[in-house]
Amino acid sequence: MILSGLLASVGIVSLCLGPADISPAQLLPALMHGSDTIERTILCDVRLPRILLGIAVGGALSLAGVILQGLFRNSLVEPYTMGISGGAALGVCLAILLRLTRSCGVWSLPVAGSIGAAAAIFTVYFLSTGKGGLNIRNLLLIGIMISFICSALITLIMAISKVEDLHGIIFWAMGSLEQANPLLVRTALIVSVVALGVSCFFCRELNAFLLGEEEAFHLGVDIETAKRLLFILASVITGLSVAVAGIIGFVGLVVPHFMRLFAGSDHRILLPSAWLCGGVFLVSCDTLARTVVIPTELPVGVVTGLLGGIIFVYVLCRRPEGQTRCLI
Amino acid sequence: MLDISNLTCGYDSGFAIRNINLRVPTGEIIGIIGPNGSGKTTLLRAITRSLQPAGGAILLEGEDIRRMKIRALARKIAVVSQSAEFGFMTVEEFVLLGRTPYYARFRFLETKDDFKVAHKAMASTDALRLKDQLMNRISGGERQLALIARALAQEPKLLLLDEPTTYLDITHQVGILDLIRRLNVHFALTVIMVLHDLNLAGEYCHRLALFNKGAIHKFGLPEEVLDYRIIEEVYKTVVIVEKNPVSRKPYVMAVSEAAQEANRRSNKA
Repeated sequence: MILSGLLASVGIVSLCLGPADISPAQLLPALMHGSDTIERTILCDVRLPRILLGIAVGGALSLAGVILQGLFRNSLVEPYTMGISGGAALGVCLAILLRLTRSCGVWSLPVAGSIGAAAAIFTVYFLSTGKGGLNIRNLLLIGIMISFICSALITLIMAISKVEDLHGIIFWAMGSLEQANPLLVRTALIVSVVALGVSCFFCRELNAFLLGEEEAFHLGVDIETAKRLLFILASVITGLSVAVAGIIGFVGLVVPHFMRLFAGSDHRILLPSAWLCGGVFLVSCDTLARTVVIPTELPVGVVTGLLGGIIFVYVLCRRPEGQTRCLI
Repeated sequence: MLDISNLTCGYDSGFAIRNINLRVPTGEIIGIIGPNGSGKTTLLRAITRSLQPAGGAILLEGEDIRRMKIRALARKIAVVSQSAEFGFMTVEEFVLLGRTPYYARFRFLETKDDFKVAHKAMASTDALRLKDQLMNRISGGERQLALIARALAQEPKLLLLDEPTTYLDITHQVGILDLIRRLNVHFALTVIMVLHDLNLAGEYCHRLALFNKGAIHKFGLPEEVLDYRIIEEVYKTVVIVEKNPVSRKPYVMAVSEAAQEANRRSNKA
């Protein structure tokens, strides 16, 4: 409830702030009555899609972080550790290098990102699946290796690409919620909300995983099915997030950890609260990124790293050791 | 209760147990003893289906466990192992996880019945007083009580324990095994436990299965299994077996090399 209220408040503040200030009192009339006013255009075509995309991507990355940290029982795992973002980034870089935006339109980058993410997911998944099922330790190591390989290939692409392409790659790699296509924003939001709903059906499995894989099995959890479905779910939402908003680091690492400090390790509470908190965090960071040095817009990834890191370290250091709710 | 026939099971490196035949009657406490690497834990892992057997069958109340659904198996068999991780949770939350096999997919909250069963399990194991304490803040003995309470919350018919007294002092060892015996009597719970301490195994178990090199070397009453010739053959250690003057159960004392040498010298003299 608190987080929902916070998300609504952050959303309203974010709607009001920007190069063209719109007071909260002007907000409702502009949205309801002003059919072709500049305020309405700014609100509905520029700021609202960014906020919705921020909620979708922030929520999705946090959700993926909670799922992966729960599966690996390791709080240092995040969606980007698994090579998924590396695959998506490589796909997008290739699309920029091949100038696919000119021939295939606005969908080319997200589609290329999704294909890259999917390729990384399946490579990691199949290389980690042995006789005994999905090997979680191999999954992590292979994910990290895929990340390094993708990163090396991206550097290679950057080295051989032209200056105008290089700018596009760097801008995308730093992450941005400036997504012009409303259909993509809507798709991202729907997928993120559906993923939250689906993940909630795995609360019991994730809670049992806290005790270890074999213990979860002793409690009647079909661990192989749960691992597969949860990994695929986390991968799909990460791939989509990277594909629509670029690489926005830190959200999937810090928000789940941060929420565990306050909400505990029960995934029935942790999953929805991390989704909401991820939305709050990313929308806040994006608002800061576009208002702190008007008219210049900072890359949102820079703000998430700085703000998230400072808040997180502050909270962690202020809590007495005995009260620190670190489950892993 | 449990019928194991011709069970062969192992890992990539080879079979850890071969052609095991074991019949566990309802309501008995069976102790699995044997040297390190003799296949004791492998047997427990095969019974819980954590390991797939290469051959043979395990029947639980006449039903092949391979054909049982995992949730159904978890309602009948509960495991107390040393591999559990505890995370950040209270004892009550930990014990409530024992209700996992009973939860429906679309039910997110525990029912009153779940709390009732969990509280009864905690009361039976004297863990109710710890219910609000964190699992990673309680002592090893208290943690063992919580583990047994969680297993009881599964309302099992068969309780498997893998070295339940490891790392515990003698007070807690006796406390835990007394508790297991009480549970065995009050709940008619069949128990199979792996024990390293031969004396505790002899004292608390109705029957013992002595494992050696992946096979059952001897199965029977403690006084039949804890024979000095059998123990010396399997453990390659000189022992003396006496009878406990109070319980009349056998107890085993190891004889050190130095003591053997001193004994030989005094005999010569």
